[in-house]
Amino acid sequence: MIKLSVNGKAVSIDADADMPLLWALREQLQLTGTKFGCGMALCGACTVHLDGKPVRSCSTPMSAAAGKRVTTIESIGNTRTGKAVQAAWVNHDVPQCGYCQSGQIMSACALLADKTSPTDADIDAAMSGNVCRCGTYNQIRAAIKEASVSLVKGA
Amino acid sequence: MDRSNVDSSALGNAARRDFLKTSSATALVIGFALPTATGRALAATAAPVFSPNAYLRITPDNRVTVVCGSAEMGQGVLTAIPMLLAEELDADWSKVRVEQAPVDKAFNNPMFGMQATGGSTTVRAHWEPLRKAGAAAREMLVAAAAAQWKLDASSLRTANSQVIGPDGKTLSYGALVAAASTQQVPANPKLKDSKDFKLLGKPLKRLDTPAKVNGSAKYGIDAQLPGLLVAVMARAPLPDAKPTSVNDSKAKAVKGVQQVITIPSGVAVLASGYWAAKKGRDALEVQWDMGANAGLTSAKVRSMLTEGADAAESVATDQGNVRDAAANGAVTLDALYEAPYLAHACMEPMNCTASVKGDEVEIWVGTQSQGPAQGILAQVAQATPAKVKVNTMMLGGGFGRRFAPDFVIDATLLSKISGKPVKLIYSREDDMAAGFYRPASVARFSAALDAQGKPTLLKVGVGSPSIMAASGFMKIPDTGVDEFALEGIKDHPYDIENQRIAYGRREPGPKVWFWRSVGHSQNIFFMEGFIDEMAAAAKHDPFEFRRALMSRQPRYKGVLELAADKAGWGKPLPAGVFRGIAVAQSFGSYVAEVAEVSVGVDGTPKVHRVVAAVDCGMTVNPEIIRRQIEGAIVYGLSAALYGKITLKDGRVEQGNFHDYPVLRMSEMPKVEVHIVPSTEKPGGIGEPGTPPIAPAVVNAIYAATGKRVRSLPIDPSALKKA
Repeated sequence: MIKLSVNGKAVSIDADADMPLLWALREQLQLTGTKFGCGMALCGACTVHLDGKPVRSCSTPMSAAAGKRVTTIESIGNTRTGKAVQAAWVNHDVPQCGYCQSGQIMSACALLADKTSPTDADIDAAMSGNVCRCGTYNQIRAAIKEASVSLVKGA
Repeated sequence: MDRSNVDSSALGNAARRDFLKTSSATALVIGFALPTATGRALAATAAPVFSPNAYLRITPDNRVTVVCGSAEMGQGVLTAIPMLLAEELDADWSKVRVEQAPVDKAFNNPMFGMQATGGSTTVRAHWEPLRKAGAAAREMLVAAAAAQWKLDASSLRTANSQVIGPDGKTLSYGALVAAASTQQVPANPKLKDSKDFKLLGKPLKRLDTPAKVNGSAKYGIDAQLPGLLVAVMARAPLPDAKPTSVNDSKAKAVKGVQQVITIPSGVAVLASGYWAAKKGRDALEVQWDMGANAGLTSAKVRSMLTEGADAAESVATDQGNVRDAAANGAVTLDALYEAPYLAHACMEPMNCTASVKGDEVEIWVGTQSQGPAQGILAQVAQATPAKVKVNTMMLGGGFGRRFAPDFVIDATLLSKISGKPVKLIYSREDDMAAGFYRPASVARFSAALDAQGKPTLLKVGVGSPSIMAASGFMKIPDTGVDEFALEGIKDHPYDIENQRIAYGRREPGPKVWFWRSVGHSQNIFFMEGFIDEMAAAAKHDPFEFRRALMSRQPRYKGVLELAADKAGWGKPLPAGVFRGIAVAQSFGSYVAEVAEVSVGVDGTPKVHRVVAAVDCGMTVNPEIIRRQIEGAIVYGLSAALYGKITLKDGRVEQGNFHDYPVLRMSEMPKVEVHIVPSTEKPGGIGEPGTPPIAPAVVNAIYAATGKRVRSLPIDPSALKKA
């Protein structure tokens, strides 16, 4: 059994140490908001936070998650940053198919938690690991900037 | 020349004619017997409900539920369909909800005669029937209020889900549910004049956004069932390939693997979860007989298609005197253009969850073809279509790929054989490397211009495989011309007196399929690239050259002029940045794009800004239109810069986003989309933004470097400064 904390709850997962965290979340904990896209950390659809840092859960083995805090899209709205980011996403109507957006939001939240007022270059650096085939990049950028403004204002 | 290609796009006319017998191909009768809900179309509700047709339910709490038969893959149908109905119903938009329809002939797409989503048809096909559904309900609610108030119905009006009397008294739609249900469904409800629209033409927020930002939206891959096994497959690499030997002993030794099953399309490993199934699949030892495609290479594909382009024996257009025009031209030019196979690379890998129990089949899937799936699965599982239940989930991208039934068939077969509910997920690699590609294509162009630079001749031969033949539900016409192989070329907008446009069908092997904008995706690159070459040969400005040849095409001209104007065509740009322009009509909509591009010393192009103009007739939701055009540009730009599926020794060489790169945030240009105001009937919007981007970019590269890009993806090494 591998013990970790997921969205604030202690959980024990019966899995091999080499199984990616993604499948524990999706298949064992039924947290299906985190998506499978590529399986090789190339697309970012599976992004979650591990002790607050963004990781690609499709390529993070359970052994690396053991004893750590995992936050997924299902609970990111409980944080101040997550709430601001989700509100901005709604306000800009960012998603099209929406499949990549959980990962986009998790990457955006990690960026804003680190840098409250990111530059365009910061956004490029933080978000270029997240692919969107519908082409919502400009709306994502606008939503990150709006969330940044609301976080700075509310600070 | 045939310019009436508007309706025959992706799955238009030919699909209507030829769609497979398994679908109950009864077209919705538009004029006017609204289908009532049948079978599972209506959820059984105990509370009173007003449901005059299959698309609508109004409940006493004033809630309006619109039932959407189209699949949501990002293009916004879960918002556009309710807008159409709510407009004529005069519904309070804040009380409108949408739900996904079951498979029922009531939800057939009238342009297809089947329940399917593709060809940028949803708004075009439902523009009238959904509005009539709302208008009929509104008239019934008014009649019910008139009876209650003992007033003439003509003295009443409606707004915000209320009937309003002459003295201002009101009855909510919710309060009229029971009384309205007893009214006769009107045979010919009156539709609003477009000037009276309150919702249509407004940038309303999408109804599916909230669930897509908190992880609660359910896609096919999210389906959960008790006792579910997850299957991953080693898929046959090319259509002819057959497994000749399967050694599954190592796969079966993987912890969690339960069964290994060989089906016609490959070998599946069924396990307790994806990870075990994938490890099992990777441990399989499968020998393939590659059949006719053994040893196939991209070089061989190219030589076959080039030969097809030069032979071009199936003639679509033969107009004027091609031989004399060639001999008499003051200037002649010719060029060979090529485009590669492309994968769709939807974000959500192909998947389907199936449960076969006796003669009952239930699937949970993101599919563009729910209706056909029902019929196909009935055959696969030897059940009657009525025993096949299709649950349409959200689609994590479609782009045509999810029109194909392969993953639906495979999942159903695996459930039937294993006796368990099965969630089949193609790994990214097995999805990308096993077919359903935009056809590779080669086009030979030649042209002649007179002494003033006016074109007198256009001759085009295209060599490519046939999507119609590959589809399984369409037939190539007697002319031999696949309608997708020449679309965008045979219907080009330019005044040219002498023309020969022809097709040479060649079938190198890989399975070809519909890909966002279908034939236009490569043919507009060819056509608009070559028109630019003609403009240069004529020593004319590429915008003015096109414009002068559009005497019979006001809508083409309208978008071309608007895009050029908004982009500041002819005005100075920052040093090193150059413009290119291109225009296309597809799926009933006209789009022109101006790309602003610089080319680095290493030859790498950078697209800084794209200005697009679109004329898609009357608009339902202008914000969704702008996003679809922008997204279609990104999709086309990914292909122009990076997209290629190549073959070596009979195998596809790409498998994931490292060797099939797509556009990322850091490469995203600014995009502006301008909409031409129009009272024409609506055109499609999901696809028409894709075709012009590749030629707009390569034409800008020509402006920057003097080098013509005639083959995609763009090769920076050929653009490197010497």
